[in-house]
Amino acid sequence: MCLAIPGKIQSIETIHDGLVKMAKVSFGGIIKEASLEMLPAAQVGDYVLVHVGVAISKVDEEEAAKTFEYLREIGEIDELLDHTQVDRQVE
Amino acid sequence: MKYMSEYRDATRVKSYLAELQQVVTKPWTIMEVCGGQTHSLVKNGILSMLPDKINMVHGPGCPVCVTPLHLIDKAVFLAEKPDVIMCSYGDMLRVPGSKKSLLEAKAAGADVRILYSPLEAVKLAKENPGKEVIFFAVGFETTAPANALSVLHAERAGLKNYSILTSHVLVPPAIEALIRDETNTVQGFLAAGHVCTIMGMSEYFPLAEKYKIPIVVTGFEPVDLLQGILMLVKQLEAGTYNVENQYTRVVRPEGNPQARAVIEKVFEVSNREWRGIGSIPVSGYEVNKQYTAFDANKKMNISIAKAEESKECIAGEILKGLKKPSQCPQFGKKCTPINPLGAPMVSSEGACAVYYHFNCTEEPV
Ligand code: SF4
Repeated sequence: MCLAIPGKIQSIETIHDGLVKMAKVSFGGIIKEASLEMLPAAQVGDYVLVHVGVAISKVDEEEAAKTFEYLREIGEIDELLDHTQVDRQVE
Repeated sequence: MKYMSEYRDATRVKSYLAELQQVVTKPWTIMEVCGGQTHSLVKNGILSMLPDKINMVHGPGCPVCVTPLHLIDKAVFLAEKPDVIMCSYGDMLRVPGSKKSLLEAKAAGADVRILYSPLEAVKLAKENPGKEVIFFAVGFETTAPANALSVLHAERAGLKNYSILTSHVLVPPAIEALIRDETNTVQGFLAAGHVCTIMGMSEYFPLAEKYKIPIVVTGFEPVDLLQGILMLVKQLEAGTYNVENQYTRVVRPEGNPQARAVIEKVFEVSNREWRGIGSIPVSGYEVNKQYTAFDANKKMNISIAKAEESKECIAGEILKGLKKPSQCPQFGKKCTPINPLGAPMVSSEGACAVYYHFNCTEEPV
């Protein structure tokens, strides 16, 4: 019910005479509409978290990377590097 | 980064598990408050991989599960009116009321629709001027902005035939009620990341301080959950009780101010009845006076008899984390997802349904 998933903003349009910003957001290729009324500063290309048709938060890339820094500290860096490369290729 | 696959990566999961094994020396009981986290913990097999000393208990964080029986009855009553289109999120339809569920009302001819977003309900109201379109607005703080926004959209469009039936619950008062309950065994909480995305973290500091209990705001993917549990266990082992944020990529300490402004515009805080748990002070939202015209509770004439909960369902004990679903005598017997006795067997985030679907029969505490 509180499921909110991250997707990438593909395009933004303004409706209701400029009052409401709506985005087309791609979730791994599946495009859905989301209201940007709670995230007025969001831009095309941003990753946003969408919940029941409303974008509620921007995903912060720098902070996301920190989750994995801890693993580097405890010495898992080599294995992780392989995976990071795979991730890059996928993107 | 896709912000999904990286957090499901097996190597990373294993590293966190290994670290957790090293850090834990004493037994700890930890509650994940949110049903979405329960779902992820069970579905990804994390529950069975955790060190034996860590006992995860599942909290009341499934809005569908805690929506009281009389509200389901109200929704069914309204849905059965010929000039009403009743809409809600999918899970709500199968929750048993005292006589029937919304789905059963639909099968008997009521106009009940499953929608992905409350904003779609406003469109439906525009297209059906002869009908009252009612959105059964359930949810925690995460969902409140979207539900409130639908009211603002309807107001802007000048609609007179749109209203919401609110069943909104708030997380921090529920955590406090659980801690204060004399049967409480929980020593640390994973707070629900998406709730904090909206509300921020400020409500948790006084709780941690007052009850000397650590709280870690945590995400939903396997790596998030394991990192959150690790942060919590480190605190428990060290005897500290801080509020920490594991989910920094999404949760800002101040939350989302625009979303909170929308909530404040449309809702006011109220006491609320939680199914299975009872009444918790200041633990919900109702539509405020200014928006009464959009409040189905005030706008519609509702007369229903007070209903009794099924005696066989022990949802209250499950939602307080006192028992595991597999300890309910009805689990998998009289009560299954196809024929649920109680709400936790309905929602995909309900602890009973999660245990059933993933065949989890973890031994009792
Ligand atoms: S298994 Fe069914 S009857 Fe038992 S607590 Fe869960 S929902 Fe209620």
